[in-house]
Amino acid sequence: MAPSSLDDLTNAILEIREDDVPRIVESLLATGIDPSMIIGACREAMSVVGKRFEAGEAFIPELMMAGEMMKTVAAQVGPHLGGRDGSQTFGCVLLGTVKGDIHDIGKDLVGSILEAAGFEVIDLGVDVPPERFVAALEGRDGCTVALSCLLTTGFESMRDTVAAITKAGLRDRVKVMVGGAPVTKQICEYVAADDWGADAATALALAKSWFDGGAQ
Amino acid sequence: MNDQTQAPGAAPTDSMFDGWESLNWQERRTRRFARWLTPAGVEFASDEVKAAYVERVQAVIDAVELRRPSRVPVVPMTCFAPAYYAGITPKEAMYDYEKLCAALLRFHEDLQPDFQAEPMGPGPVYELLGTKFMNWPGHGLADEQPWQYLEAEYMHPDEYDDLIADPSAYFMRKLLPRFADAFTGLAKLDPFSDVLEVAGLPFNIFQYADPDVAESLRRLADAAAASLQYAEAWMGLMADLIARLGIPSFWAGIAKAPYDCIADTLRGTKGIVQDRYRRPSKIIEAAERFAPLQIGSAVRQTALADTPLTCIPLHKGADGYMSDADFRKFYWPTLKALLRGLVDEGLVPVLIAEGGYNTRLEVVVDDDIPAGSVVWWFDQTDMAAARKALDGYACMGGNVPLAMLAVGTGQQVETYVTDLLDSVAKGGAFILGPGGCVDDAKAETFKAMIDAGRRWKA
Repeated sequence: MAPSSLDDLTNAILEIREDDVPRIVESLLATGIDPSMIIGACREAMSVVGKRFEAGEAFIPELMMAGEMMKTVAAQVGPHLGGRDGSQTFGCVLLGTVKGDIHDIGKDLVGSILEAAGFEVIDLGVDVPPERFVAALEGRDGCTVALSCLLTTGFESMRDTVAAITKAGLRDRVKVMVGGAPVTKQICEYVAADDWGADAATALALAKSWFDGGAQ
Repeated sequence: MNDQTQAPGAAPTDSMFDGWESLNWQERRTRRFARWLTPAGVEFASDEVKAAYVERVQAVIDAVELRRPSRVPVVPMTCFAPAYYAGITPKEAMYDYEKLCAALLRFHEDLQPDFQAEPMGPGPVYELLGTKFMNWPGHGLADEQPWQYLEAEYMHPDEYDDLIADPSAYFMRKLLPRFADAFTGLAKLDPFSDVLEVAGLPFNIFQYADPDVAESLRRLADAAAASLQYAEAWMGLMADLIARLGIPSFWAGIAKAPYDCIADTLRGTKGIVQDRYRRPSKIIEAAERFAPLQIGSAVRQTALADTPLTCIPLHKGADGYMSDADFRKFYWPTLKALLRGLVDEGLVPVLIAEGGYNTRLEVVVDDDIPAGSVVWWFDQTDMAAARKALDGYACMGGNVPLAMLAVGTGQQVETYVTDLLDSVAKGGAFILGPGGCVDDAKAETFKAMIDAGRRWKA
């Protein structure tokens, strides 16, 4: 059997062949390949899935499964990276569902996509009060903040969070995105965020454009 | 046709079901509509109130049957909005029924919506049950927050066959104990279908002597008593809203798309996505099992009410949740079976399409579901496209954005409503309301939605 290639790995992720992925990774590691290239191939797949999602050609199942497979690969490859971290090509994103809201599905999906795409994701969890976002930002000037909510009662918490970041004197150095099922452009303006998205692929596109644009 | 001695909500002992088996769906629905128009046991405060009640119900009937009503009916579709409106916390609304009823009464008296707001859930009942699949104010959430469902893999991936073989036994023995502590003892009971032979009967009931079973039954009885207190408070208010204000209740019961039964409640978003790739045929089998069960459940719930409308909140089939091919394969066939079953019983399914449904419009216009038999309620769907797709086929509703109701101005809402109605309601077949269930809306915006809807002329 011919040794696996990085393309094989990318394709296995894109075709959601879960069982093939660990086998291909094992085969790649056996060739002595630079393990960070394996992570790179996963990111390539994730990037394609993200673009397909934006184009209406891929959906939450594809995003979630790609994220799951990416985690499997990261666990498999991790010990071979020798302390190097293959996931830091972009900056960091501070992520959380705002105070009063305990929904995590959308937030987790955003986190897994951003992580797979190469962002360092600091997930503060759910029901996160403004002061925890502010505290987590300290010493992390390059971080973007991503606020999630499913309930409309979360709008005030989003607003409070952005206000707390402003009050802490960090707002001019931090970009804030908001997202979740009920979030609209009007909510983005109401809470004084920089931009908004209705889904995880938009969050990724925003984060990339901000970092590519040298905003951070 | 109604037994005038019955209170609203009493089980039907009237003649509505006479010869039911020989009636077609339209005839059954006509009888149900007639009962809605003339609710049993109601003494209206005046002829004007009665006329207002009838006008409201008739407006929805006209819209459902694809006619132009006397005016566009406005449905508030609330969760905790009346509590916030009246200045009480969700915790107070869930625990203090006097405050709850006062808040609801004020909400209806002030705003005069065409249909009633919804109940918000009884805290004491959830507490007595030891409910684990939700958090609510005082239990994992602040007093000011609405209750929230905790999504998890309550059904394990290897349990599909148990569910499919015997859903009731599976729920009793495995699932319910994961939902709430009070059900724990039921895990020890044998399925009821074991009881077939006289000689076996004593052995079939052994487990009822088990202390855990007895404890579960005691806790359930306590919770049931608390449920009745809540129901009494709520139903007393409902009767008052009908008799004194002429405001009907909108829907009677709730049913779920069979796929959502699994994806929302049993397996969760992540679980169902994994199942889609690891055991796809089991999803379909399980959904097929749920379809008749959901029909039966909705019929039983409606037997307690005047209105024949059944709420079906749709979640995991929205735009983005799956491909068109998967929607056609995993979601729509069993939802269609549910709709057909409800329609055949003379019920009116109101499908609450949360999120966007733009990519599903072509699929849901289906020859197997008769024109004028269901209502499609949209949240963020392109309404002009929806009208085009559903024109002459189904009544539509909804679409006033929750975000605008929460942070917008009355003027913004008025403009939005007027534009919306101009765009989709000129031919009738439309019910105005929020895109989804409302928690915090400003009084100003909520009032603007109702008033703008009422003022609008085709």
